[in-house]
Amino acid sequence: MLWRKLFKLLAASLLLSSVAHADMTIDVVGVGASQYPIAIAPFQNENQQKQALTPVINDDLTRSGLFKVIGAGDLSPVPFSPEQINYTTALAKGAQTMAIGRVTPDAGGFKVQFWLIDLASKKPLISWERNATAGQMRRVAHQIADLIYQQITGQSGAFNSRIAYVLKQGARFELQVSDADGFGSQAILVSKQPVMSPKWSPDGSKLAYVSFEDQKPVVYVHELASGRRWRAAGFKGSNYAPAWSPNGRELAVVLTQSGSSQIYLVNTDGSDLRQLSRGGEINTEPAFSPDGRFIYFTSDRGGSPQIYRMNSNGSNTERVSFQGSYNSSAKLSPDGKNLTFITRDGGYRVAIMDLSTRQVQTLTDSSSDDSPSFAPNGQMILYESKIGGRGVLAAVSSDGRVKQRLRAQAGDVRQPAWGPILR
Amino acid sequence: MKKVALSLIMTALLAACASTPVPTTPADTSGSTSSNTSTSQSTTNPSTVDLTQGQTKTFTELTDPNNILSSRRVYFDFDSFIVRPDFHELVQAHAKYLNTHKDAKIILQGHTDERGTAEYNLALGQKRADSVRKMLNVLGVPDNQIETVSFGEERPLEAGDSDAVRERNRRAEIVYNGEATQ
Repeated sequence: MLWRKLFKLLAASLLLSSVAHADMTIDVVGVGASQYPIAIAPFQNENQQKQALTPVINDDLTRSGLFKVIGAGDLSPVPFSPEQINYTTALAKGAQTMAIGRVTPDAGGFKVQFWLIDLASKKPLISWERNATAGQMRRVAHQIADLIYQQITGQSGAFNSRIAYVLKQGARFELQVSDADGFGSQAILVSKQPVMSPKWSPDGSKLAYVSFEDQKPVVYVHELASGRRWRAAGFKGSNYAPAWSPNGRELAVVLTQSGSSQIYLVNTDGSDLRQLSRGGEINTEPAFSPDGRFIYFTSDRGGSPQIYRMNSNGSNTERVSFQGSYNSSAKLSPDGKNLTFITRDGGYRVAIMDLSTRQVQTLTDSSSDDSPSFAPNGQMILYESKIGGRGVLAAVSSDGRVKQRLRAQAGDVRQPAWGPILR
Repeated sequence: MKKVALSLIMTALLAACASTPVPTTPADTSGSTSSNTSTSQSTTNPSTVDLTQGQTKTFTELTDPNNILSSRRVYFDFDSFIVRPDFHELVQAHAKYLNTHKDAKIILQGHTDERGTAEYNLALGQKRADSVRKMLNVLGVPDNQIETVSFGEERPLEAGDSDAVRERNRRAEIVYNGEATQ
């Protein structure tokens, strides 16, 4: 009995150590309104891979706050196919579903097979397989976590996605991209001057951002696969706050060449500049609605920073935010139904507005939050927070219940942006 | 280092040998008069030869620490974009320089403290730079001699979030074209 206990402890600590190798570690506080109990059995042969799949699936589902994962060590012997499951034991452990699978060599790589079984009915809810190379195993695990998430919660998953952010260490700025769980970070750009506002193109192939390499803000577009980059807006004065149109062909940008901050549209190659906003001294932080019909933005035309909305041709501006004296940095949810933004409500905090009811909920209680963006499934909001003067990334569920904090090893992490689901 | 020490010794010896301390300019490149015996105003501001820098260093009026033109910072009150009266003299001096040197161009860099969102602070910094520009316009300086840009909260002079630090970060900086920046 003692040996079994020791083995369980060892297995658990191995699970933890795989998390500790992340470039950023993630702490989770809070749980969702309901938690689905799921058993995840280690996949056959997965420990022969450099990256085992079930620890990643476990971390993804646990981090969402919506799942209670029942440990692998509690299910022995470990089943590797539906016929091997001991339903009585599994149900007794409190699980409602079980994920099982296997990894087998196949045609120059591997084949990953996965089942999600409903334990009460004994029916497979998902039966899935794909081919993958050794280096793709993390990606496959995130895909499986997304499949489980969609099947059980009814909402799309967002585990198989990436985030972009700026890491500042002393006088060095790095624009980095990593998986949504903080693994696999790569520096896209390294600079001695500030970099700001990374924004993902809708297809995830490019980032637009603001670089101060020319001693003033200039908007660049950067192709991730090739490293090719070009100026999308480098006019006299400041050029900043890029936002992609939903079809990926245009950027809304803010230029000051007219004498005040105004919103313009420009093709992503920098051609065909058109002015959209006029009047007031500050019109900035444009964000398109997902259907492309509207641009939400921040304006001081009413005397303080508030959120407004105009048609995407610049006509018909209406005010959207009415609570408090400072509302800015608005972004739309992927389904267009909600707005996240920063409100000054004690401190600068992340808020969410239901666009049909115009009801606002403040989701955080910190002092200096910034840069909120929705996950591609609209369920979580990624943002920048400050702890002890240092920038950290954090996430909060759209109902405020689940909170995550992502801690980088060193430096200030700022200006995060959540990218689309990877294909 | 050795070179510097040697020239220090040399200039100290030269100074010691003179009966009255008359500033000599062995490597004068400015070409303007360095006499300080007359009480009448010279038409161009004299340049200063500073012997305390280790090597002889010549300042122009833009970098002469005794000249208001070497002051390049305008500070702003919280939530304010108006050039305070205590900075009017500085802005007027730069306007005069720009009006008499039509080839000179400046960049006005606007900055904020760290409160609020970074993107909105770019717009606020821009407003500060533009308010200095507007004052220069009123004083006759055309826009083709001025570019206004913003650094928002991205380039603070000091890190920290005390009110004293914030005061020092809320500013517009005047940079003449051709000068090295950070």
